[in-house]
Amino acid sequence: MTTTLNAPPSSTASVGSALTRVDAVAKVSGQARYAGEHPLDDLAYGWVAQSTIARGRITAVEADPIAAMPGVIAVLDHHNAARLSDAGDAELLIMQDDQVHYRGQIVALVLAETLEQARAGAEALHVGYAPAEHDVMFRADHPHMYTPDHVNPNFPTETVVGDVDAAIAAAEVTVDATYSTPAEHNNPMEPHATTAVWDGAHLTVFDSNQGAASVHSSLSKLFGLPPGSVQVTAEHVGGGFGAKGTARPPVVLASMASMALNRPVRVTLTRQQMFAMVGYRTPTEQRLRLAATRSGRLEALDHLAYSQTSRIMEFAEQTAVMSRVMYATPNLRTNHRLLALDVPTPRWMRAPGEAPGSFALESAMDELAQACQLDPVQLRILNEPDVEPDSGRPFSSRNLLGCLREGGRRFGWDDREPRPRQRRDGRWLLGTGVASATYPARNAPTTCTIQARPDGSFEVRINATDIGTGARTALTQIAADALGVGSNSIELRIADSDFGPAMIAGGSMGTASWSWGISKAAAEIHARITAAGSVPAEGLTVRVDTRDEIAAQADVVRHAFGAQFAEVAVDVRTGEVRVPRMLGVFAAGQIVNPTTARSQLIGGMIWGLSMALFEESVMDAEFGDYLNHDLAGYHFATNADVGDVDVSWIDERDDQTNPFGIKGIGEIGIVGAAAAIANAVWHATGHRQRHLPIRPDRILSAERQE
Amino acid sequence: MTSVSQPSRYRLVVNGTSHTVELDNRTTLLDALREQLDLTGAKKGCDHGQCGACTVLVDGRRVNSCLVFAVAVADREVTTIEGLGTPEQLHPVQQAFVDNDALQCGYCTPGQICSAVAALEEADLGWPSAVSQDVSVQQVALDAAEIRERMSGNLCRCGAYVNIVAAIESVAR
Repeated sequence: MTTTLNAPPSSTASVGSALTRVDAVAKVSGQARYAGEHPLDDLAYGWVAQSTIARGRITAVEADPIAAMPGVIAVLDHHNAARLSDAGDAELLIMQDDQVHYRGQIVALVLAETLEQARAGAEALHVGYAPAEHDVMFRADHPHMYTPDHVNPNFPTETVVGDVDAAIAAAEVTVDATYSTPAEHNNPMEPHATTAVWDGAHLTVFDSNQGAASVHSSLSKLFGLPPGSVQVTAEHVGGGFGAKGTARPPVVLASMASMALNRPVRVTLTRQQMFAMVGYRTPTEQRLRLAATRSGRLEALDHLAYSQTSRIMEFAEQTAVMSRVMYATPNLRTNHRLLALDVPTPRWMRAPGEAPGSFALESAMDELAQACQLDPVQLRILNEPDVEPDSGRPFSSRNLLGCLREGGRRFGWDDREPRPRQRRDGRWLLGTGVASATYPARNAPTTCTIQARPDGSFEVRINATDIGTGARTALTQIAADALGVGSNSIELRIADSDFGPAMIAGGSMGTASWSWGISKAAAEIHARITAAGSVPAEGLTVRVDTRDEIAAQADVVRHAFGAQFAEVAVDVRTGEVRVPRMLGVFAAGQIVNPTTARSQLIGGMIWGLSMALFEESVMDAEFGDYLNHDLAGYHFATNADVGDVDVSWIDERDDQTNPFGIKGIGEIGIVGAAAAIANAVWHATGHRQRHLPIRPDRILSAERQE
Repeated sequence: MTSVSQPSRYRLVVNGTSHTVELDNRTTLLDALREQLDLTGAKKGCDHGQCGACTVLVDGRRVNSCLVFAVAVADREVTTIEGLGTPEQLHPVQQAFVDNDALQCGYCTPGQICSAVAALEEADLGWPSAVSQDVSVQQVALDAAEIRERMSGNLCRCGAYVNIVAAIESVAR
């Protein structure tokens, strides 16, 4: 079934052009103000004190000597904190009782006249505890591993087609391998920050988040405030990557403190505090079993994923869902297991599910290619499905093969020596690898307001967020085309809860969802202008909600696809792995702005490089803490770690996604990238690296086992 | 005994403007800029000298302003991103970042730019880096490898490195 959506006017064609990032000048000149940078008179500073045990009870908070310190205004803890109502996130019920559920949990907030005084107070605060035994170590064979009811956001835990066990038992070729990925922390460059202003009746917060509507809703519920009494803005946000997808503790603390003191309060997390309070990617262990004919045709695919959650709320990462989408096989099973520990709750991190899942699936496909003595690109082409393998539903569009072929051509894949450990350049062994990528292309309901002005310009108000994606630029272009004017006739206002509900900047759904709101509002304002004959002096305003359009979408599978290629150089004496070259080719619907899209996709691929080689949050069994909780201990790629990263996309028109045919590109850049690098490391060295990150010691121990 | 928390009164010279301040001795240069002088262009990404977002120039050389007590740079010449150029008149490195889309969220960007300005100067003075092949040259030609090495004290989580290198290369040429 083909749904024809209201196509945008094509006369101006801003969409697809390389408009310069509209907030670039503000950002390079230091003029863009982030959440913790709004100057306010009489501002008080809050500094968080965290639990130093992983489980137990608070027996004492010795606040009096702290309150007597210079500049300290108040100490908030579970004795005097405002009572909060549940807003669906147990970690936001801060300082409500004496229970400690994980190390690093917030136990107090010290408020002072200056940052230095608040920090000194929090560091001097003595908190007494009655500790209990804790259990913080993730392992797949843990006796309390259980099967969750569903996995995020609402996928079935298990899917079964055919009989994988019988097919594997009868198969000519099998792969049975276990992969693991560690806990990883999002670490946006801007730590979570909130400046809150309570005036006795109305709460205004400048917050660093990925969606002001979601934070607005949480604050309203937590504090029992009417929605009209809360305003949340997030004009500029210094990265999120999932860690700012919903309200996080600083916005609750700053709001609570501002109400308690009746003055503006700012709470900014330290980098170290972020490792316990704002989420992280769960560690995973994944078992992949593949069965195939000798010629490489898949007979069975079995993907079982283990991950962790906290004891206070369930977060079930959808690690195995990529295997439901990718390859044709008559027997397909995917399943998930979960373990609740005395740890902070894992949350979304760029490409949740697909990022760790693709490492296992796409590594296993490379192992199968090796077992069948087939080229890994050819193996994927051979197993391309006509419909979604686990459901039989059609794809709205699927151009994986186009990406693999175009990528292979650009990368020079056809000349590849298939045998491993054949190329050397001085001390370096060289290898190349490939992996497929995919991510769902979804839309969510969004409201949008457009005001037509008599001078021919338009004000577009939509509660979108630009966390560095270029959304502000892309939406300006979308509005220009939807309204049939140049981008300089658009005044776009975003990131303000007063504009109404909207999708967050997350899940590769932001620009897609917001574009639909703009498109619908543009059509309505055009109709109003036509009916009125002209725009009156006071202007014309329409407000729309895309709820009905989203609900009426046809039941097809919407996904973006891509192909990742990587070249590595491995020094097997030192264990060092370098990545001189990466190429990603994507089929992701309409690319709104080639400049910002390229930047975002490259960024995702560099995330994949970091995931492959560096990122790892190491849990300390004794203290229940992530040991390497700062940027000296937690490594992601620096400039010198990154070589040539090339991105391109294939022209893809999909009229079943949304009016502009947008699929979203925030996540897909990371998907498969770590697998492509791990596969290249196998090609360079002849050793499989099934556990991330591929640290020097793992290279060296593989060499020793030869 | 004087307490560290006692204030000192001194002069901070920032972007050519002299400010007399009276600040807690524990105040870092970064916090003095952001919280006292309302110069929020220098960013706090880690407060531990690990990310480079707070990079400013002190007497023309790049420093992590989170690792410097403000009182320690009294009377010295501090240049922040706001002092390099204005939206109306950008510094060539700022303009190159715009032209090459060398930023995404923008939070590391002021530090990257201050760092790049100093790195260009260091190369002009012939300062070698860990990847310099010849340490005796009077002036280092900044190729991509040199730029990557010299800019690795400035982390970018969005992964704008490829465009950052292109931006700096365009100015170095």
